Formats: sequence, C-alpha cells, structure tokens
Amino acid sequence: MQAEAALFRAGLWFAVLILAIAAAAVAKDAAYAAHAGIIAGVALLLLTMSAGRFDPLGKAQGFFRMPEEPSRYDDDPVRWGVIATMFWGMVGLLAGVFIALQLAYPALNFEPYLTFGRARPLHTSAVIFAFGGNALIATSFYVVQRTCRTQLAFPALARFVFWGYQLFIVLAASGYLLGVTQSREYAEPEWYVDIWLTIVWVAYAAVFIGTIVRRHEPHIYVANWFYLAFILTIAMLHIVNNLAVPVSFLGSRSYSAFAGVQDALTQWWYGHNAVGFFLTAGFLAMMYYFVPKQAERPVYSYRLSIIHFWSLIFLYIWAGPHHLHYTALPDWAQTLGMVFSVVLWMPSWGGMINGLMTLNGAWDKVRTDPIIRMMVVALAFYGMATFEGPMLSIKAVNSLSHYTDWTIGHVHAGALGWNGLITFAAVYYLVPRLWKRDRMYSLRMINWHFWLATIGIVFYAASMWVAGITQGLMWREYGPDGYLVNSFVDTVAALHPMYLMRAFGGILYLIGAGVMTYNVWMTLAGRLRSEAPMSDATYDPAADRPILATAIREPQA
Amino acid sequence: MSTHSNLPGERRMVVEPTEVRVPVTGHKRLERNVSLLALGTLIAVSIGGIVEIAPLFWIDNTIEKVEGMRPYTPLEQAGRDIYVREGCYLCHSQMIRPFRDEVERYGHYSLAAESMYDHPFQWGSKRTGPDLARVGGRYSDEWHVQHLKDPQSVVPESVMPQYSFLADTDIDTDAEATLRALQRVGVPYSDRDVSLASHDLRAQASIDLDAGDLTERYPKAQVRDFDGDPERLTEMDALVAYLQMLGTLVDFDSAAPLEELAEEKGR
Repeated sequence: MQAEAALFRAGLWFAVLILAIAAAAVAKDAAYAAHAGIIAGVALLLLTMSAGRFDPLGKAQGFFRMPEEPSRYDDDPVRWGVIATMFWGMVGLLAGVFIALQLAYPALNFEPYLTFGRARPLHTSAVIFAFGGNALIATSFYVVQRTCRTQLAFPALARFVFWGYQLFIVLAASGYLLGVTQSREYAEPEWYVDIWLTIVWVAYAAVFIGTIVRRHEPHIYVANWFYLAFILTIAMLHIVNNLAVPVSFLGSRSYSAFAGVQDALTQWWYGHNAVGFFLTAGFLAMMYYFVPKQAERPVYSYRLSIIHFWSLIFLYIWAGPHHLHYTALPDWAQTLGMVFSVVLWMPSWGGMINGLMTLNGAWDKVRTDPIIRMMVVALAFYGMATFEGPMLSIKAVNSLSHYTDWTIGHVHAGALGWNGLITFAAVYYLVPRLWKRDRMYSLRMINWHFWLATIGIVFYAASMWVAGITQGLMWREYGPDGYLVNSFVDTVAALHPMYLMRAFGGILYLIGAGVMTYNVWMTLAGRLRSEAPMSDATYDPAADRPILATAIREPQA
Repeated sequence: MSTHSNLPGERRMVVEPTEVRVPVTGHKRLERNVSLLALGTLIAVSIGGIVEIAPLFWIDNTIEKVEGMRPYTPLEQAGRDIYVREGCYLCHSQMIRPFRDEVERYGHYSLAAESMYDHPFQWGSKRTGPDLARVGGRYSDEWHVQHLKDPQSVVPESVMPQYSFLADTDIDTDAEATLRALQRVGVPYSDRDVSLASHDLRAQASIDLDAGDLTERYPKAQVRDFDGDPERLTEMDALVAYLQMLGTLVDFDSAAPLEELAEEKGR
C-alpha cells in the first residue's frame, strides 16, 4: 500500500510536470510561459521528493531548528507561517522603501521590469497578502487549536494551504514584474492565479471550520468569529471581483466581466473590504487572542465584542463607494458610502476600546513589557486610522484629499501602525512558544524595534499629511487674476522634500524589522542574550490600582 | 514567562464540559454552532453589496446616453493593454471631478458613458501625475514619444519612469482573440470587426496599408504612424494611439450633448 501510494503521488507530479511543460511550450505570451515554468519546477521538486529519499523539507526544518518532539497541537504549519511572515515582511518593506525612493529619484526606475508601475503592486501585495496573509493563516491555525482545545482538522490540507499560498505569492509577485496585471488594486493577479487562490482558500476554510467543528469547548471563542468572518468574506469578495473572461486559456490576459461604473464600484467594494476583512477583521482576531494572553487579563467586555463584531462586519461592506466620491458613480451610492463610513467609526472604536481596556489592571506592563507596549500602540494606531478614515470619507474632505498622498499616509498609519505592530507583537509572543525557548533572544531589541517602528511611522504619516494637503491646496489655488496658480508639475516639484522624509520613515521601519529578524533568528538558534533588565524600578502592587475620583478628595496625610 | 500551558510534557487531559444544563438562548446559540455563525456572517456581509452594487446594473440613468461613444479600435485596445500592463493607472487617473479647478485644468468632467466599454475601468485612485481622461489631442505624437522615452527631457521635474523599450518592442497581440473576449463581456464589436481585427491593428498605424472602412466602423479613429517609425508596428504606436484618443469621442463643444445632459435627472 505504501509503495502504491508513493507511486501514485510520483505519477501525479509527473503528470503536472508534463502539463506545465506543454503549457509553457504553447503559451501565447512570455509571462504565461514563465509561470508554467515555475509550476514545472515545483512539480519536478515534488516528483524527486516522492520518488527518492531527497527530503528538502526535513533539511529546511533542521535549518530553522524546528522542534521534532511531538506536541499536543499541530504546530508545524504555524512555525512555517511565522518564518514566511518574517521573510515576506522584509521583502515587502524593502520593496516599499525602493518605490518610495523611486518617487524621490526617478533614475531608480529600471525599465522594463523595475518601474514604479510594476513594483508598486509588488510592494502592496507583498505586505498585505504575503506578510499579512501568512501572519493571518499562521495565527489562525495557532489560535483555533488552542481556543477549541483540539488539533487541526485535515493536517495534510493545512500543509497544502501553507505551501499553496506561497505558490500564489510567487506567481503573483513574478507576474507583476513581468507585467501580468488586471489593474484592479489589491486584486492584480490574473485569472489563473485567481483560480489557484480560490482553491487554496476553500481548503483554508475547510481546515479552519473543520477544526472548530471538532472542538472540545462548547463556545466558539470571539477571535474565531473574526477569523471566520475574514475567511468567508474574502472568499466572496475575491470571487465576485475577479469575474473575468480570459483572452486565451494559454495566455495571461483577461478582461473584466464588468465595465466602467459597475466595474469601478465592484472593485472598490472589494478594495475597501480587503481593508475591512483582511486587514481589520483578521487582525482583530489576532488582537482578541494575543492581547489577553500577553496581558494575562480576560477580554474587557463580552457584550461589546458581540455588538462590535456584528456591526463591524455589517457596516464595512457598505463603505466602498467613498473611494469614488465625485466620480461618475451615481450620487445616491456615494452618499450611502459616506454615511456608512462615518457610522463605521463606532464599531471600529468598539474594537479598540475592547482591546485597550483588556489591559485594565495590567497597565504597569506597558512600562516593563515592550510586547505589550507594541500591542497598545498598534491599537492606538488602529483607533487613529479608523477615525481618519471616516473623516476622509466625508465628501467635502474627500474633495481635497482624494487623488493625493493623504490617502497614502492614511493607509500606512493603519498598515504600519496597526497591522505591522500587532503582527510583530504576535510573532514575538509565538516564537519562544513554538520553538520551546524560555524567551526571545533579546527583550531590549524588541524595545529598539518598537521605537524604530514608531518613529518611522510618525515620519511617514506626518510627511504624507503635509504632502497630501499641500498637493490638494495647490491644485485648487486661484490667483487674483482668476487663473489657476500652479501647473501640475509645480505640485510634483513641491513634494520632493516630503517624499524624502517618507522614505526616511520607511527606512527606520525597515531597520526595526531587520532588528526583529535578527532577534527571531537568534531565538531559533537557541541563544539567550544576557542583558540588563528593561526596568529596575521595584514593583509596588499596592500602587497598581485604578485611581478613583473619591481617592483624590481624601485629605492628605 | 509562566504562560507555557501548551508544552507537551504537561499532562492536562481534555475535559468534556460537565453536565450543567443551562438553556442556550440568544447570541449564545450562534456562539455554539459554527453553521449558524457562518450563516449569520454571510447574511450580514451580503446586504451592503446587494443594495449598493446590484441596482447599478438595472437603474437606467446610471449611465447617461451620450453621442459618440464607440468601442476601442484594435490598435487603441492594444495600447490600453500596455497602459494596464505598465500600471499607468497607479499614478494617472482618468476621472475628472466636477470642480472648477479640475474642469479648467483637464476639461469637461468625466461622464459614466465615457467608460462604458472599459473592461476594466481605469479611473485610478492617485494623481502622482496629471489626469489623462482628456489628454487626447493635447500634445503632438512627437511629444508623447519623446516624453515616454525620457520624461525628464521634456518635463525636468517629472518623476515618471522611462519607457524607451516600448519603441523597440513589436506588438505581440492576437487582435482577433482580444476582440472576441471583449465581445463576450459585452462590448458591441460586430463579427466583421472581429474578423478584420488583425488588419485594422496594422492599418491604423500604417501609411501604406489601406485602412478600408476603419473610420466608418470606428468614427473619429486616427489613422497615421504614431511613433515616427513607419517601418515597424511597435508598442509605442499602440500606446500613443490610445493616449491620443482619450476623451476625444464625445464632443463637448457642440450644444447637443450638453442639452441631453441637462435633461438628465435623478443622478
């Protein structure tokens, strides 16, 4: 039986290999041939793995010093996910610094493959889907097992989800540089990559829901509601937004099923909810597990979590049209989008309040534990970005901010501040536990990372606010003669110093992530840095209590 | 670090909940049943899209009726594919908002009808460079070619990348298959348009080939060599042909379309 199964597997990979080579040979365009070549390479690797004793996976696990002893939970896919998160995080941030510098120094564009137009989707996809996506898949597998007190359902499928998702990333990223794009922001991959992602995503949903079904807890923990909403909604958005007709099944190009107005709203319905469900619901799920665990306090309010969960997922879907204010989209849709965006402020802050108030009784840890500090600042940035978003969606504000760098600044306050920091904190929590180490290699490096990242975000957001408002005001500036004052290129030239400051902020953030990569690597290697404790102030439990109004009125002794 | 409750050495058995029968009501029912939770979630996230997007497909005045719109010629479509491939939409919008400064800078505000054949739409979301919705006819072909090859040579402060390889790259596209795919998603190409697509593609940028009835099937189509190299049909030809037709189809200078627009209500 064993031999038969191995033979079957080898035969399967051989068939894939032959099909991929055939597809490369008859491809209509070079990019499609390149992608068929990548798939052929993967099939060849798997074929040699199933046919011989060649075991690159085992070697790689040794390289990353993954613990071999059996554990209560199925953590291999989680460990791989953490490594992928770190790797793609560095790639995405590096790409970000690169395109930021391209905008300051256009000589850094290297045609045809490394122009801003091709590198920008590489940056956005690498940070959102590669870094963020791996973090979400890894943490969801970790959290769902612990909160359901059971192992992953379908362990083989869980491994397929991880490796299948990496193949999706490689195909998408290489495609961008080769000019394969649908031009739908944050949904750029072409039809065949979309179909592959759909398969991987259905497998992901099966593993996640299957694990919940076999739980040993009567209740489904709140973090899992958010993960579930994230998985289901992303599936819906992905399928509808990518409906397209390929020019040829042997070519990479396709045309959207929708045109003009309908296409625009479908895309921004998707685009805004990629933010709402990928970058918000999924990361709130991380928050709902890792903040209480790290703070060792229960979630602040069960009732608030119910109210803000349902209102958040219901309201977010409506907010898409605020990306199309004053365009040819009908006015009624724009107004609906604006109203729901403003209302969305409340459930967003509900999540922030529930996270921050979980620290009640543990606020001293903000001083002593840099991981907690990272979580608190992540939630603060979440609150800031979800206030700024509704503000920018008001039509009068949007008339100034739309098409400018203010939007870019807003996105990065959320992405770097909220998604980045909460992911870093979760990885710092996970690594010692997954690799069975006492703690991270260095706590002080986490502190350095925290400050580098925070200062980097401040530089980034502040420079983009100034750039966006400058741009918006210069475009609409009239002189006393009644003519426009600035030519378009005047506004481009005016932004140069802001673009430099933004790149500087990005470099700080990248250095912080580099410090983290080193810290994680040393932890994997089993090293502990001997260093002075973070704080030498003695802890006084009597002083660590809420300050009550009545206490202030008491007469001084 | 005392939170290592998940270490393998620890033998804590999974204990099934003891038999305390509390009636499960209200939200607790959702919390105990993943099917109900998933169903509730799907309902909650479907409503917004159904109410906002679906009506756009059947409310008549979503797209006003305007004279002059036609599908892209094969050459223009090839240029559009290059525009998409190079990610031009990441820095250039094609959507002029109805503000005084935008109308004075770029021309009449964009109408929904002007992108009715755009699969996909190219409205954009950021103006690192200017809006291009009506760039057609504003500059000469020579300016466009020079600007695309080396933007800083014509606009020193520009931060646009160079695209000189377009002038050296022959067009490699199956025009018939392209038009057939667009026909399938609803663009009203005639079967004759499809069968003539390859010829149309070459003829529009050629000074030798007979364009036939190209300009009758595609009114206002511009037939000439665009890239200054009549010997070759390059990607530069296609991209410049696309840029030169942007915003030129609807005639905003004549009174008729404006009167039609004035009658539009309920948008």
